Amino acid sequence: MTTVSRPEPPPARTHKEVRKWIGKSIRRVEDPKFLRGRGGYIGDMTLPGMLHAAMLSSPYAHARITGIDTAEALAAPGVHAVITGAQAAELTGPLPDFGPNPAAHTWRCLAVEKVRYVGEGVAVVVADSRYLAEDALALINVDYEPLPPVTDMERALEEGAPLVHEDLGSNCAYERTFQFGEVERDFADADVVISDRLRWRRSGGQPLETVGALADFDLATGQLTVHTNSLSFTSYLFMVAGTLKIPANKLDIRPMPAGGSFGSKLFATKPAVIAGMCSRAAGRPVMYLEDRVDNISNCDHHGSDRVYDVQLALMRDGTMRGIKIDTVDDYGAYIQFGVGHHGNALAQVVGPYRIASVEYRVRAALTNKNQQGAYRGFGSEVNNWMLEQMVDKAARQLGIDPVEIRRRNFIREFPYFIPTGNVYDSGDYDGVLDKALKLADYDYWRAEQAKAREEGRYIGIGLITAQERSVFSATEFWFWFDKPGAPVTSMPESVTLKVDATGGITATLYSCAFWGNSPETMVAQLVAEEFDCDPRDVSIVYQGSKNGLPATGPGGSRTTVMLAGAVEGASAKIKAKARRATAHLLEASPDDLEWVDGGYQVKGSPEARKTLAEIAVMLHLFKHSFPEDMESGLEDSKVFDHPYTTMPSADRKDLGVFYPFMGHACHVPVIEVDIETGRVSFLSYAAVHDCGTLVNPRSLAGHIVGGTAQGIGTALYEEYVYDEGGQLLTSSYLDYLIPTAMEVPELKFAHHETPSPWTPHGIKGGGEGGRMMAPAAINVAVNDALAPLGVRLTELPLTPDRILAAIRAARESPR
Amino acid sequence: MDKRDITLIVNGSPSMVSVEPRKLLVDVLREDLGLTGTHIGCEHGVCGTCTVLLNDRSVRSCITFAVQADGARIRTVEGLANGADLHPLQDEFWDKQGLQCGYCTPGMLMRACEIIEQNPDPSPEQVREGIASNLCRCTGYQFIVEAVCAAASRMRGDEQRPHQATTPTEAKA
Repeated sequence: MTTVSRPEPPPARTHKEVRKWIGKSIRRVEDPKFLRGRGGYIGDMTLPGMLHAAMLSSPYAHARITGIDTAEALAAPGVHAVITGAQAAELTGPLPDFGPNPAAHTWRCLAVEKVRYVGEGVAVVVADSRYLAEDALALINVDYEPLPPVTDMERALEEGAPLVHEDLGSNCAYERTFQFGEVERDFADADVVISDRLRWRRSGGQPLETVGALADFDLATGQLTVHTNSLSFTSYLFMVAGTLKIPANKLDIRPMPAGGSFGSKLFATKPAVIAGMCSRAAGRPVMYLEDRVDNISNCDHHGSDRVYDVQLALMRDGTMRGIKIDTVDDYGAYIQFGVGHHGNALAQVVGPYRIASVEYRVRAALTNKNQQGAYRGFGSEVNNWMLEQMVDKAARQLGIDPVEIRRRNFIREFPYFIPTGNVYDSGDYDGVLDKALKLADYDYWRAEQAKAREEGRYIGIGLITAQERSVFSATEFWFWFDKPGAPVTSMPESVTLKVDATGGITATLYSCAFWGNSPETMVAQLVAEEFDCDPRDVSIVYQGSKNGLPATGPGGSRTTVMLAGAVEGASAKIKAKARRATAHLLEASPDDLEWVDGGYQVKGSPEARKTLAEIAVMLHLFKHSFPEDMESGLEDSKVFDHPYTTMPSADRKDLGVFYPFMGHACHVPVIEVDIETGRVSFLSYAAVHDCGTLVNPRSLAGHIVGGTAQGIGTALYEEYVYDEGGQLLTSSYLDYLIPTAMEVPELKFAHHETPSPWTPHGIKGGGEGGRMMAPAAINVAVNDALAPLGVRLTELPLTPDRILAAIRAARESPR
Repeated sequence: MDKRDITLIVNGSPSMVSVEPRKLLVDVLREDLGLTGTHIGCEHGVCGTCTVLLNDRSVRSCITFAVQADGARIRTVEGLANGADLHPLQDEFWDKQGLQCGYCTPGMLMRACEIIEQNPDPSPEQVREGIASNLCRCTGYQFIVEAVCAAASRMRGDEQRPHQATTPTEAKA
């Protein structure tokens, strides 16, 4: 075994035992405006003289553009500009791209010489209204020379396949095999090796609001202001300025509330670039707002699309030893986030189990489809599904109860370094499992299942135990390369707190626009906890990128933890100044003061006291009452950097710590399969999540329930289907099936709290919620139901067609 | 394109607008009348985000031409609250966290309004089936069902619960 020298973890924190506001399910402070229809989304915004852009999309999966005639469109009523891909390539540079070799798979806001997927933009029209812009789209004549498409990821990697990017010389954007621990030794020592081939097909976040941007270029100052619902990665927005060929200090990207994201609005820069380019060209403010077809076919945020060949090595008693994972991932036509999705998987690749060694081979295939981006889980939910299918198969093959095999392998000592080098900070997997079995009424359902089988009914119980890593550092995007183009960044998050002269507190957030999560409620509760005020009295401001502090925004279930660190740090600075000011006013020593119920007082003499408002008014208005070095005002900021991340080893046998705050959950769906129709219905569903200390239990429950609904979609209904010719068959909600209230069961949920030793208050992230677990659990449940028929499904979504085909296949060739 | 003059009685107030026959009701509400509370989701009449009540029945305003609504009474989310006082549905959605991103919420509220008007005492199952016309991508529907049932109960007067105000100061008072 390689010895790894690891930096010491940060010191363990002592958490407050009694909390006033953290842990309370207060009503969310964001909600009243949304309930009144005053949400102020991007589509609600107008500016004087605003024009509208619409995009002409490719009907071909793969074709050379041999000519575009825009004359007729330009002459159409109300049209101000028509910009083709070739013109756009003059006006803008390539889009920000963290892929392995951006110069060889160049990604632009519009296609230039050829189109690489159905839905890729080839031109935009700018007109007085969206109606007129769309009218003019129909007048653009594009000559295409169709090329053979490549749509199957494994065929794409074969010699002689049509090339998506000729400059790359191959459709393999990335390939590498990593070994962590003594894989061959563990496989040689094992009694059995369980193998399987598993297939996860692509779905996506599909928020009900699409992505949009309203850009306003000021010719007088050269300043470009872009309002958008996808502000994130503020620290990286200089790249967008580069794309738009303007100085970074002349770009201000301002956040608008987003009508859902689920990852799919993460660093979605294309709409902002298109709107910015059009505004500059037209000399007027321009709105570009995707329509639904644009969003489904061209959002650049399709989810994972993987085939796995997996081998799990175990002892006969169920003890897991090692795992070999070989995966091909269909990235589509571009690869903006590189294989970060697999970095995400490597953060928790062994799940909650003591698996000593891991081999991980990843190949990223390029095909003629819209590219992958982010979808709630960012690839680690797929790993959860893969691992749980393997554990389930092993339990069945070894004749071990599914609860028992998990208990035999649970990690119980923390902090625990998994073979990849990432650390699990804390956990109580037995505690979660016990709670879940009780909540699910597990024994009752096993008895019901036995009875049902006698009646010829197929009930299945899907017990799974899996991880939800939280708070990424950027390592996962670059440890793939021996000579990375950039070192690690700490993915900071910042908060400014201002106490006004009346003691009122305003918090400014930087990259954290509202995405349907609860940043305002979280910050309000955290500030209230620090200052003993009412969270509803805290005012929240969202700052644009200009003059913004370093910030990253939502993603990887990081927001609440990182905001908590920033609020804690800014509060400490404010309290330090307030303490000094109070000491001066009371003629006491700062060390003799204590913070009690919203003010500083002399220890042992509570009558000698100043409230925050009393301190604030003095600091704002009466500076000369204080020592020379004390400035007016009571305001401070904290840039909170990732609290625990370490460098990977040079040989990449250890990737370091990059996702340390480890949540956990146990899901137990009970389903029935109708073997005549292939329909899956829910009889019960129980879920227990452990995300450390709870800030607002109800809002976390919202992520658990809502995430589970999305996971049900992934497991049973949702798929972006491309046919062999690369046509997208699911370009509207008539075909892309999002679960309605009738497909989602009432969830029984419970929380378990194992505080993190390394985060403020012990909070772990929980935003990805039920989607981390539900696909794995439902697949296990369906296989449990159909086990008597010798059926095991290995491909998601589990559509009626696939279920019936598997049943037929088992009947025709019984095992 | 030629325009037609139509009258829409929106949230009790008549408005005369001149619109192209092809203009969708949702666009007229949002652009001509400034009522941006009604949102656009799928543009195919599937998701229900754009739901408004037209002569007390829910319609998809993204697949209804405004001229088809000439003379009709239309209710939108903006008409639900009575000044500072939220409608019981709005208040219960807030209390139960029946929303996350808020984008489907106006359509969902209007559909819930119709459900309760047609059946003041719906069972949770009836509410669940009733709101299956509207997609929500955030909540998994569970807390929406709870909220609608709680609001129906309050509107029947089963529970004399004080009306919750919307601003923090009022809420504490």
